[in-house]
Amino acid sequence: MKPPPFHYHAPRTEAEALALLAELAPEEGRILAGGQSLVPAMALRVARPSHLIDINGLPGLDRLEVGDGQLRVGPLVRHAMIRRESVPGPLGALLDKVRGHIAHLPIRTRGTVCGSLANADPASEWCLVAATLGGAMLARSMRGDRMIAAEDFFQGFMTTALEPDELLAGLHLPVLPEGTRWGFHEFSRRAGDYAQAASLAVLEMRAGTIAAARIGIGAVEDRPRRLPEAEALLTNRAPTADLLRQAAAEARATLLPTDDDPTRPALAETVIRRALADAAGIELP
Amino acid sequence: MSTRRIALTVNGTRHEAEAPVRQHLGDFLRGTLGLTGTHLGCEHGVCGACTVLLDGRAIRACLVLAVQAEDRAVTTVEGLAPSPEALHPLQAAFCANHGLQCGFCTPGMLTTLEEFLRDCPDPTEEEVRVAISGNLCRCTGYDSIVAATMEAARAMREAAA
Ligand SMILES: Cc1cc2nc3c(=O)[nH]c(=O)nc-3n(C[C@H](O)[C@H](O)[C@H](O)COP(=O)(O)OP(=O)(O)OC[C@H]3O[C@@H](n4cnc5c(N)ncnc54)[C@H](O)[C@@H]3O)c2cc1C
Ligand code: FES
Ligand code: FES
Repeated sequence: MKPPPFHYHAPRTEAEALALLAELAPEEGRILAGGQSLVPAMALRVARPSHLIDINGLPGLDRLEVGDGQLRVGPLVRHAMIRRESVPGPLGALLDKVRGHIAHLPIRTRGTVCGSLANADPASEWCLVAATLGGAMLARSMRGDRMIAAEDFFQGFMTTALEPDELLAGLHLPVLPEGTRWGFHEFSRRAGDYAQAASLAVLEMRAGTIAAARIGIGAVEDRPRRLPEAEALLTNRAPTADLLRQAAAEARATLLPTDDDPTRPALAETVIRRALADAAGIELP
Repeated sequence: MSTRRIALTVNGTRHEAEAPVRQHLGDFLRGTLGLTGTHLGCEHGVCGACTVLLDGRAIRACLVLAVQAEDRAVTTVEGLAPSPEALHPLQAAFCANHGLQCGFCTPGMLTTLEEFLRDCPDPTEEEVRVAISGNLCRCTGYDSIVAATMEAARAMREAAA
């Protein structure tokens, strides 16, 4: 249960970190952010990086900024720093609720949002949020910056579009307009465990009908994704208990779970239905 | 294997020592500094026994490298009591309420709860249960730990009033 040997680098500037990453990526060099996924993986010997490039000492990477209708989350923003007060409007309330479902307090103190995205566990809550809200990832290397849309970023089980020499330099999320309705539900065996199924629903309402719907599912397939069939079913309709039930059932039928756990489809349908009911403000068991 | 010389403060005392870069803070505290109050169970973040305070915030000592604690302040269970004669209110309440049996989980429970009660001095039992959801106890069944925490919170509120 001890990590295998590695070389440790603690750069003092982002430029130095990018140079080290460019040099060491071909030799299994990796970024060390919060270490809350990488260090356990090393202790279990499922990850054996030969070099760790620790970004914890880099100044200015812990910024959480709002501007141009975007929330920008820097690579050293810890889970615990995502709070209702720090993000305006419905997005702040949504992220605050989601944060409480990630692991336990001591892990939230260290683990980072960007680390979760780079790690791309299919059950990660931040990955679900990025996929559902249409977030974008800022990838940075010596070669330059590029933005990667969430639907292109998550490529499968713990696999992303990041190149080995790229630092995930930020997550950009659209700030949700006032009045946006949302619901988040997950099922996990114990508080703080990774979810068995998780869903986020975001509804834009106009005159009592759903003008636009975003529904995401996580922890069921090899990556989080939106559910276009169920979204289409809801659009331009008034939310009723029956309609939401129908949308959740429709969503379930389109899922391709990665395992044959017989409870998974039912859990997925349940979390989707509950997320939708919360978003619509309808009581549904 | 590569090592680094690090300086850090543990329970108010400055220490300087050599640490292999792959050594986690838990092994450094126990092996190099001889502070065996911090316990190691799973060494992959799941059991909570190794929880210590880093600059006042609870973290897993098995998931932070010793070299990452350079220039920072660590508080372990040995540093919770205000003096050698007096117990921390949480320690006193654990004692009075059978909050421990074998004691393996206790250092992590106490450090986790110390931070929790600072942020949330008047918690509900439910909030206490969520706060310790990342700390496994194989002995007590948790009820006595929750009762001890409620009593400690009460005592700390009264002392502050
Ligand atoms: C007991 C326990 C329970 C947990 N429960 C949950 C849970 O319920 N939900 C959840 O989502 N997570 C959970 N986690 C994981 C936790 O959220 C991690 O913090 C997160 O997955 C990774 O973030 P990190 O900053 O710790 O990254 P690290 O562990 O440092 O890195 C993870 C991976 O991402 C890479 N990486 C990190 N940052 C960057 C970057 N900026 N650019 C490029 N690559 C990067 C690393 O090289 C590594 O490959 C749990 C962890 C533990 C130990
Ligand atoms: S030893 Fe660190 S959490 Fe178990
Ligand atoms: S008292 Fe024995 S594990 Fe908690």
